[in-house]
Amino acid sequence: MSPSLLLHRLLQLLPVLLGVTVIVFGMMSLTPGDPAETMLANQNATPAQIATLRHDMGLDRSLPVRFASFLTHAVQGDFGQSLFHHRPVAAVIAERLPATVELSAAALLFSLLLAIPLGVIAAVHRGGLLDRLATVGSLFGVSLPGFWFGILLLLVFAVDFRLLPVSGAIDYASQPPTITGFLILDSLLALRLDSLGNALAHLLLPAITLGLPMAAILMRVTRASMLEVLRQDYITFAEAKGLSRARILGLHALKNALLPTITVAAIETGSLLGGNMVVETVFGWPGLGRLVVESIFARNYPLVQAAVLLYALTYVLVNFCADLLYTVLNPRVRM
Amino acid sequence: MTEPLLEITDLRVAFHARHGKVRAVDGVSLTVAPGECLGIVGESGSGKSVTFAAVMGLIRPPGRIEAGRIRFAGRDLVGLDAASYRQLRGRDIAMTLQDAQTSLNPALTVGTQIIEVLAAHGEGNARARAVEMMTMVGIPAAERRLGDYPHQFSGGMRQRMMVAIALSCRPKLLIADEPTTALDVTIQAQVLELIASIRAKLGMSVVLITHDLGVVADYCDRVAVMYAGQIVEAGRTADIIGSPRHPYTEGLLASVPDLHNLDRPIRPIEGQVPDLIDLPPGCRFLPRCPKARPDCAKPVPMRAVGEGRNVRCVLT
Ligand SMILES: Nc1ncnc2c1ncn2[C@@H]1O[C@H](COP(=O)(O)OP(=O)(O)O)[C@@H](O)[C@H]1O
Ligand code: SF4
Ligand SMILES: [Mg+2]
Repeated sequence: MSPSLLLHRLLQLLPVLLGVTVIVFGMMSLTPGDPAETMLANQNATPAQIATLRHDMGLDRSLPVRFASFLTHAVQGDFGQSLFHHRPVAAVIAERLPATVELSAAALLFSLLLAIPLGVIAAVHRGGLLDRLATVGSLFGVSLPGFWFGILLLLVFAVDFRLLPVSGAIDYASQPPTITGFLILDSLLALRLDSLGNALAHLLLPAITLGLPMAAILMRVTRASMLEVLRQDYITFAEAKGLSRARILGLHALKNALLPTITVAAIETGSLLGGNMVVETVFGWPGLGRLVVESIFARNYPLVQAAVLLYALTYVLVNFCADLLYTVLNPRVRM
Repeated sequence: MTEPLLEITDLRVAFHARHGKVRAVDGVSLTVAPGECLGIVGESGSGKSVTFAAVMGLIRPPGRIEAGRIRFAGRDLVGLDAASYRQLRGRDIAMTLQDAQTSLNPALTVGTQIIEVLAAHGEGNARARAVEMMTMVGIPAAERRLGDYPHQFSGGMRQRMMVAIALSCRPKLLIADEPTTALDVTIQAQVLELIASIRAKLGMSVVLITHDLGVVADYCDRVAVMYAGQIVEAGRTADIIGSPRHPYTEGLLASVPDLHNLDRPIRPIEGQVPDLIDLPPGCRFLPRCPKARPDCAKPVPMRAVGEGRNVRCVLT
């Protein structure tokens, strides 16, 4: 894909993001309750004091003016002050983001590494023992709530066997120096193997919990598309050419079968964002998901607003990347 | 007579379906001599493709070779181990599939798809030989097109590409399954001429599967007519087209225009190919045969009539 086309596709994302911004702003404006009153709720403020705060917050201006101001600040990454951190929202989010990115990436990696080989094997040995086990297993994976499985894992591996830590992202003693904010990366950069091991041990259970429902879905998608691909003439022709089984399955079949898997993985990555909130709460993970849950309970509107926008941005970008990958894998849509 | 290159004896292939056993190939015997071109004709569903899928070792469950022998260059192929079969396929026996539009992998470049055959069979200089082969089948600017994907090729070019891939290791036998069905008449002729000229150049044998007797007349030394999983008539092309003995062959000939006698009306064969599950023991053509007699309901064996000619009909 040419750079100009890439730019074109990126620009196409702008209307979507603008739309999301309008919705987020609208929802916050329509929510009953005046943020100024909420902030001063238990402080016996006089109506005059509330009015002053409203003026300071710009709430007495017209809706379009407020939106324009919100937008100009938002594009500069300025979402105002977090109500109980007394620090800029952007700074608070930036601090929590790496942990969530690390967890989501680990979950995605885990589910792809599990789902693709299992899906391929299940399709190739259709109706065999492994196929049936995987199908039943994926049914459980799809239908059980993620946190239920997470709690089970916690009880078995962390509480009963004490093999893995119960909560958090790293032990205090193993904390690597902060370079990028990503624990795994920082451990590697600082050549701290102890930190790396400790971070991975903390990461394992939450990543599995978050990734398993997604793995179940991806396994079924891969199996179905693999079965479809294996019936195609080009697979028969590849066999007629005397190619090895590994090449037929691993290149000829998989390169076509992965297209649906990638599309679904991209969509499901969006749902990882939601899953994060639950899993981070269960495992005491110091990420954005838990922060958002806490902020919703605390009516910390500026932070929730910024987080929703960030989720939308992530979602759009993930889908954009999936589009790009799809283009690489599928020459027919390449331009 | 020289030892045949391919010899199929009493081959039976069945597919197990929920409602019964589909006997797609039921007692087929035929031979292909070195350098010979054998035509296989018959309406669709008569078992032509399945017969040669069996030769390629590509019958997959629910299909099964139930009986019979397939000998190729002195080796028995039924029951041959997977690794030996893999060495044979694409190198000694090559096959082009019925539908060129769907037989090339849409996600891989044509270069990859031709070079990999050469590489799989340990041929050196794979890239140069791929270009040479593509040029030989008439793909212009072959070197430059190696990086193209199948969807960038026209239908005729894809057919040529498939032929190039099949021929790249210079096989002893090429099985061309309806190589012209999806193509327009001019390109049809080009592809057939191409196969004929390469056959002459490489001295290979060709099995040409088609439902077009005109094609057989122009390109095949001998022809076998298949109906409902059996060969009903086989012999030298000139004999069979000049004086068909089986009512089905007559029907096939009457259903295509006669270029020497354009006044003759075209009469399609009435009725349909029978369901291959639970066939009655008699002649399979009986329900559609205009010459049927009572004893046609008993099993009808293949009978030799004259030199190298066989017919399965009570009338002969
Ligand atoms: N994979 C399969 N499963 C079930 N039946 C099949 C399969 N392949 C072929 N058949 C059956 O075998 C018969 C012969 O098919 P085929 O050899 O493709 O016919 P032709 O090539 O002469 O048109 C058909 O009736 C078809 O239904
Ligand atoms: S055996 Fe009888 S039914 Fe069959 S082709 Fe001959 S005449 Fe017709
Ligand atoms: Mg066929």
